Amino acid sequence: MIIAIIALSVLAVAFGLTLGYAAIRFKVEGDPLVDRIDALLPQTQCGQCGFPGCRPYAEAIAGGNADINQCPPGGEATIMALADLLDRDPKPLNPENGQEKSKTVAIIDEMRCIGCTLCIQACPVDAIVGAAKHMHTVIAEECTGCNLCVPPCPVDCIDMAPVKQNILAWKWPYPEQKAAGRTT
Amino acid sequence: MIGAIRRQLWTFHGGVHPVQHKHVSTQSPIRRPRLPQRIVLPLHQHIGEPAEVVVKVGDHVLKGQMIAHATGYVSAPVHASTSGKVVDIGEAPIPHPSGLSASCIVIEPDGEDRWIEHSPVENYREIAPSALRNIIREAGIVGLGGAGFPSYIKLNPGHHKMVKTLVLNGVECEPFITCDDMLMRERADMIRGGIEIIRHALQAEECLIAIEDNKTAAFESMRKAVAGMDKVEVVQVPTLYPQGSEKQLVRVLTGKEVPRDGLCLNVGVVCVNVGTAAAVHRAIHLGEPLISRIVTITGGAVGQPCNLEVLIGTPMNELLSQCDGDISRIERMIMGGPMMGFALHRSDLPVIKTTNCVLAATVTDLPPARPVMPCIRCGACADACPVNLLPQQLYWHSKTKDLDKVQEYDLFDCIECGACSYVCPSNIPLVQYFRYAKGDIWTREREKEKSELARKRHESRQKRLEREKAEREAKRQQKKSALDATGMAEKGQEEAAAALQRAETRRDAALREAEKRRGEGWQEGTKDDASRTRESERDSN
Repeated sequence: MIIAIIALSVLAVAFGLTLGYAAIRFKVEGDPLVDRIDALLPQTQCGQCGFPGCRPYAEAIAGGNADINQCPPGGEATIMALADLLDRDPKPLNPENGQEKSKTVAIIDEMRCIGCTLCIQACPVDAIVGAAKHMHTVIAEECTGCNLCVPPCPVDCIDMAPVKQNILAWKWPYPEQKAAGRTT
Repeated sequence: MIGAIRRQLWTFHGGVHPVQHKHVSTQSPIRRPRLPQRIVLPLHQHIGEPAEVVVKVGDHVLKGQMIAHATGYVSAPVHASTSGKVVDIGEAPIPHPSGLSASCIVIEPDGEDRWIEHSPVENYREIAPSALRNIIREAGIVGLGGAGFPSYIKLNPGHHKMVKTLVLNGVECEPFITCDDMLMRERADMIRGGIEIIRHALQAEECLIAIEDNKTAAFESMRKAVAGMDKVEVVQVPTLYPQGSEKQLVRVLTGKEVPRDGLCLNVGVVCVNVGTAAAVHRAIHLGEPLISRIVTITGGAVGQPCNLEVLIGTPMNELLSQCDGDISRIERMIMGGPMMGFALHRSDLPVIKTTNCVLAATVTDLPPARPVMPCIRCGACADACPVNLLPQQLYWHSKTKDLDKVQEYDLFDCIECGACSYVCPSNIPLVQYFRYAKGDIWTREREKEKSELARKRHESRQKRLEREKAEREAKRQQKKSALDATGMAEKGQEEAAAALQRAETRRDAALREAEKRRGEGWQEGTKDDASRTRESERDSN
């Protein structure tokens, strides 16, 4: 009896020490789940989800404070990917956050721009170049189409234009379903 | 001669036998159409980077003059296909399944068709293979079989790889198309010239010219042309679609399986289209860049189907009208064949380097797609697939947009030959699903890259903002500590305290004075202004 208790106690202490050591030695910095969720988000940093950027939204999803259907730029594909990662049921995009739209890019009407730098400060990815009292312009390749530069502009010279289709980025469309009378 | 016919051949899996429709366009010899009114030369007629314009609007160019040069390793230059004036450089519709426009150079021919000075190579055997490749690159030669891969890259086997066999692809397995057939019948000597040059460039041991057994005239003509050449053999292969595909052809001829991620070069073979060989001959022996090609004009809406030697950039509708084409009867106009070609959105698109056939099909040629029925999992597609895929599984996952799963079934090994769609008893457009899935996967990859870039930029912006904030804070602290160091701050504090003290004493004194005055004042009934002010001050306190 006593031998058994001693043996178990020794084992418990030994395992406890091992686990305690492992917890310190192999400690994971940060939350790997947040990184994985963040990798699935479109990184527009637009804030339509109600959080100030993609990473805060990823943290909120990981923490259970936000649902997976709050990202309009990512749309259905992102919701499906998140549902897959988190093993939840996919659901339609929350209309309160907005609607899935085609990709856009900001264009500054350079004739009207007064060089106030407000849009530069608003751009989350530093895709606008310019200096005070000088014309600003958008680096189209870097623009995520987040819309954040539009409201601060005092002269309303920024337009969101749909991204122009080009041959290199063109893809075959999903085949039309011309199903015969009875389908399953 | 008997050895040539009795060569051992292998087979590939699957394949189909679509109706040929070839004889209609082989009845008359190759002829040249009239000089067109306008020549439209897209900058991107090949696989790789688009060419870069080197002329301006208004420039006069000569036939064969380079008007756009190659950019990057995988690219090809574009040459003026006739002499004339550059009238426009900009977006114009090009033959592409999307129907979109792309950058083009538009030339208005002056009618003289005047060449640049030719600079043929006197003796190519004295030139190093790398110099030969460079001439071929400068001549803008790309694979004329349909893919448009820059040829000079193919002719570079690299340092370690030995090329045992050069395969000349004269298979032309797709229905309706006969441009290679007619080229082999009429210009076998040019192909011979090209073979000699390519063989020299590659240092290839032997050469096999593969021709399907439905092209007997071409077979005879080629055999005559290469008679007497060492280790060159014309091989007749049984007609089977898609035998013209490089990897399938290599398997039939050599029995070797090209690895899935590899090239024919991995098994010591280089495969070149017969048209490309003729173009190489022209570039080296005549000094002519690639400015024309043979195009089959055929289909039910064409009165006189034939093969034309067309200047690159000629609008297709001009060609149709010269072959008694009736545009009103065209149900679908296709560039390429009915199996792998794509429908064109308009009839005035220019012929480009990869246009082997313009098929003006009527309803009889290509009946409208029959209604799609559910997949019954009969497996006919898997039996027909030349790359041993499982099209029914690929279809299942492409349809549900399961892009990861569809890659597990090796979607990217699909050569889009269309054999599976051809045999499907439920009329499912399988290839359309596979093309869609491939495009979606590429788009997803591109978007991932872009969002990764956006994330990095956002993160570095956040870091910068934090750093700037910290810097401001540090500056403030520094100022403060500088004050501390000189004792200014303490002195200042002492001074402030003293001033406060003084103010307090003064106020107390004033209050006391006021009290005293009030006692007297009640009797006098007067009050001076100063004391009134002080009183209100005290009230507010």
